[in-house]
Amino acid sequence: MRFTLNGARADVAAHPMKRLLDVLREECGLTGTKEGCGEGECGACTVLVAGEPVVSCLVPFAQVAEQEVVTIEGLGDDHPLQHHFLNEAGAQCGICTPGMIMVALTLGRNPTLEQMRTALAGNLCRCTGYEAIYRAIGRACGRS
Amino acid sequence: MPVVGTSVARKDGLGKATGRALYADDLAFPGMLYGRTIRSTIARGRIRAIRMDFDTHGFTVVDYRDIPGRNVVALIEADQPFLVEREVRHVAEPVLLLAHEDREALLNARVDIDYEPEVPLLDAEQSTVFLKTLSIDKGDVERALAGAEVVVEGTYRTGHQEHVYIETNGVIAVPEGNGIAVHGSIQCPFYVVKALKSLLGPDAFVRVVQSETGGGFGGKEEYPSMIAGHAALLALKAKRPVKIIYDRGEDMLATTKRHPSVVRHRTGISRDGRLVAMDVDLLIDGGAYVTLSPVVLSRGAIHAAGPYRCPNTRIRGRAAFTNTPPNGAFRGFGAPQSLFAVEAHIERVAEAAGMDPVAFRELNALEPGDTTATGQTMTGDCSALMVLREAVTRSDFHRKRAAYAGTDRGIGLSLFYHGSGFTGSGEVRLSSKAKLELTATGVRVLVSSTDIGQGTRTMHAQIVADSLGVPYELVEIAQPDTALVPDSGPTVASRTCMVVGRILQQCAVEMRERMGALAPDEYFRLHGPLSVIREHEPPTWIHWDDETYRGDAYATFAWGCNVAEVEVNRDTYEIRPLRLTAVLEIGKAIHPILARGQIEGGSAQGLGYALIEKVVMHDGAMANASLTNYTIPTTLDTPDMDVAILENPYAGGPWGAKGLGELPIDGPAPAVVNAIRHLGIDVREIPATPEIVMAACDSR
Repeated sequence: MRFTLNGARADVAAHPMKRLLDVLREECGLTGTKEGCGEGECGACTVLVAGEPVVSCLVPFAQVAEQEVVTIEGLGDDHPLQHHFLNEAGAQCGICTPGMIMVALTLGRNPTLEQMRTALAGNLCRCTGYEAIYRAIGRACGRS
Repeated sequence: MPVVGTSVARKDGLGKATGRALYADDLAFPGMLYGRTIRSTIARGRIRAIRMDFDTHGFTVVDYRDIPGRNVVALIEADQPFLVEREVRHVAEPVLLLAHEDREALLNARVDIDYEPEVPLLDAEQSTVFLKTLSIDKGDVERALAGAEVVVEGTYRTGHQEHVYIETNGVIAVPEGNGIAVHGSIQCPFYVVKALKSLLGPDAFVRVVQSETGGGFGGKEEYPSMIAGHAALLALKAKRPVKIIYDRGEDMLATTKRHPSVVRHRTGISRDGRLVAMDVDLLIDGGAYVTLSPVVLSRGAIHAAGPYRCPNTRIRGRAAFTNTPPNGAFRGFGAPQSLFAVEAHIERVAEAAGMDPVAFRELNALEPGDTTATGQTMTGDCSALMVLREAVTRSDFHRKRAAYAGTDRGIGLSLFYHGSGFTGSGEVRLSSKAKLELTATGVRVLVSSTDIGQGTRTMHAQIVADSLGVPYELVEIAQPDTALVPDSGPTVASRTCMVVGRILQQCAVEMRERMGALAPDEYFRLHGPLSVIREHEPPTWIHWDDETYRGDAYATFAWGCNVAEVEVNRDTYEIRPLRLTAVLEIGKAIHPILARGQIEGGSAQGLGYALIEKVVMHDGAMANASLTNYTIPTTLDTPDMDVAILENPYAGGPWGAKGLGELPIDGPAPAVVNAIRHLGIDVREIPATPEIVMAACDSR
């Protein structure tokens, strides 16, 4: 099945009902997308499909046919969000971080605190109390 | 340029922000199988027969008869089996292990177990069997109560709490030499070594390597010994690597949780509002096996009279056996339960004295020269009044308390402390070691302390950099691999900075002396390898009696005051936290941003404990074992936080640092319940769910 993965054409043979999460991790070798619960509650497995954040544990592979999929690996290692998650300690244990960053990518410039809270409401973090995540996103997205 | 006290980039930050950091489930080994645990479905009874209703071809099957050594998880007591032989003591107890290369086939394998069921004991208050009892006595409580102006009594309850590290428990066992290497999500690698040596026999080769760990909070302190043992048994039988990763449901159903508690207080005060007697009875539910419950009980009991001066104190502690999955380590380790009770109670005692909650605490809080319940004398690093006054000022407590009266808003506070490091003589028994070695480019830290998110690597590197006088970038941290690193003790008990950091500081000072004027790379080039290994030297003034619970319980305490502001919805009875002010005195913030992260994260976890995190037990098992039904605070449940870090150094810690990791979770629950009390609602139980709040309103 063909789709676009992190900007490149991809053709992967996998069962159409296999979870997108497993296809990415096992067939594509992209382990940056994490499993936290397997039931769409924690958001650790969030990736972008056609620019929208989705929990890849609930998405069957068939659903991304001819779609554009972006994972944390698609950001490289020099994205402002990554720098600020590092500097503000928005990442502690780090297991929720890829999902948090994928959602943060969909926030526009200068998001308000309320916009951040709403956008990230489906992403659980047990380490930070979210405060450092707001600071990291705020800095990366132009809030002082 | 010194880096201690500055917020340098985390050593592991980039790997985590790019998705490159490798957690247990990200590791794969050639020929690897997947493992699965078949568990009991009854709380108590005996196994009559086990039937495998599937074609076992291609499966590796392990039961207790495959164990070459002892079938007990070696910890405090040798009572918990790796695999049930006959007797089942709780739901989800491991009985049989399966491995297969195909996960679907593994999950579809059906195993039926026939039992002779027995009546389980599920209520700790009905239990008559205790895995530990203790008593802490000071003065004459009965006489002081008899002579007190006012006596206030109360009973307080706390529920289980599930850790909800976002990465579930998981390991991979790989046959190596005549034994096994285990890679996994592990807080305490040498605990796993000890357990595997017991399981496999003392001559077996055992190596344990911590992979990147997605949160622990105590939940990966003792439990990994169990899952590592299971993976090792399967791998040794299959002669192939075996990976076991729990799904969320299994992790919640089978692994440890915070001990539920029931705490009874009887407190006497004098006419002028001074505490004269505190009688405390603490009961915790240990579950079906001992695990770490005796030490959880100890810490809970030692903190049970709160940070107050009281000449007559009696604390009774009991940890009961029940037929429920064993409870274990969880951030705070007994103190969040007992501090919730005492701080909710003190609020009522202050009312009975006709005093403002701040004034009552100011009058009775520990100050240098006072003694705790165990008889430990407070010294200059006692900061109860410092945190109390700062929190009251920062939060504008008194103005808001008056302004909120009669509205749907309430404000309340809690004053708390947390002993740093192992209790009493624990640090002496641990005799922790740390090692530094030169490399061609700098210096490497070798410790078994794990970074589970809190920032161990970064903080240790800062301490070594400044002690050695080298740039932070030249300090690297070895992966905790028990074949390479010395045993620095477990990564628990708020000890990794204060105790292990201190040993590293001493290693670095010695290395500095031996290098003379040379830089690490120059010394290495001219003289070759140099390493320094040092052992912890606990303060000589610490005296502790394990039998009587008298003496210096901890080398120092860190201090906190929380102010919670809440709003009640009078239709739904929901309590919404609006703001939390957290003022914590931690000796020294080695890395202020990481320290703040501990406080914000621990406070959020404490707010979840206070309000929403409810484990529902049915027939001895967690009935809501999923993140759909057991909820932790999301962004929308976590209020704004105002955090202040105060520093009153402890002479025995690096740069004066005390323990920090657990302190933040001690305060939110009592502050929230006291804020609810300010609304006129008398809640004495957490989590204060709408049902609890409604019942409290109805009973008025």
